[in-house]
Amino acid sequence: MAEAQVVFTPPESLSDTLMHYCPGCTHGSLHRLVAEIIDELGVRESTVGICPVGCAVYAYNYFEVDMIEAAHGRAPAVATGVKRVRDDCTVFTYQGDGDLASIGMGEIVHAAARNEAITVVFVNNGVFGMTQGQMAPTTLIGQKASTAPAGRRPEHEGFPVRVVEMLNALEGPTYLARSSMASPRWIRDTKKKLRNAFKAQTEHHGFGLVEVLSSCPTWWGMTPKEALDWMESTVVDYYPIEEFRALPEGDTEGE
Amino acid sequence: MNRIVVDEDKCRGCALCIEFCPKNVLRMADRFNRDGLNPAEMGWPERCIGCATCATVCPHVAIVLVEREPKKKAGAGQ
Repeated sequence: MAEAQVVFTPPESLSDTLMHYCPGCTHGSLHRLVAEIIDELGVRESTVGICPVGCAVYAYNYFEVDMIEAAHGRAPAVATGVKRVRDDCTVFTYQGDGDLASIGMGEIVHAAARNEAITVVFVNNGVFGMTQGQMAPTTLIGQKASTAPAGRRPEHEGFPVRVVEMLNALEGPTYLARSSMASPRWIRDTKKKLRNAFKAQTEHHGFGLVEVLSSCPTWWGMTPKEALDWMESTVVDYYPIEEFRALPEGDTEGE
Repeated sequence: MNRIVVDEDKCRGCALCIEFCPKNVLRMADRFNRDGLNPAEMGWPERCIGCATCATVCPHVAIVLVEREPKKKAGAGQ
């Protein structure tokens, strides 16, 4: 009998350790996608990752590449420094919405405006997960959080920030997209967009950002499957899944 | 036979693999892992088509191997 064909094994760039994430949190599968792309591009030995503050703060334990822990929100600034000194390295940051969209808003806007040759993986789950589920800049109208127990009210807490649309107003960025982790189909779509964002850096020497809609079953108060269903039915209405800026010369891999 | 291997100590019991499996191969095991959680296991391995959907959605990368039988030659039945 012929040997069975191996369809799936975890990527080499992902450590064989137990992740600290809650059951059903999509951070882990997103780590896997990033690690798979690093493997596929063959840049593991020359990749430098920048960790955020937030749920993904321990990402340096999960990637088998060189990692730097940045101050809260300052990952794009650290990545800029690394990339400018070591242009041969592939530099990516992995940031949540508390890190990138609130305290680090200034850093990301200027890194994008300068078209800094870095890749940004922006995880948007709509709450501050690590600090007990407070309202984030990306929390939807009406969505409950521990500091908005009756749901977010626009007249009181303002409107959620659409980061990718905002960066799309800039001349600088090379690649901008939003994707989701809501189902196997969208996870595969996320991988294509992440690969484009890395290509924006390695082939076009430009800034690539993918906003990945992610779930937080713990602080949304849902089961893992309910959280993904809610994302697919409700969250995408406010955060449309789209490729806002494709790579030049039609290099973008479509779905 | 097609099969998957679950690293039971990594499994957090979120059941997303069970929800998304197109052939309902998986179920929660009766036993506990190191952290006192019920891991996923192959309940009905004969149904598995080796599509790796479970490994795609597994948030903790606890499904560490998916194997698929090579396709049989045309006309060989099945």
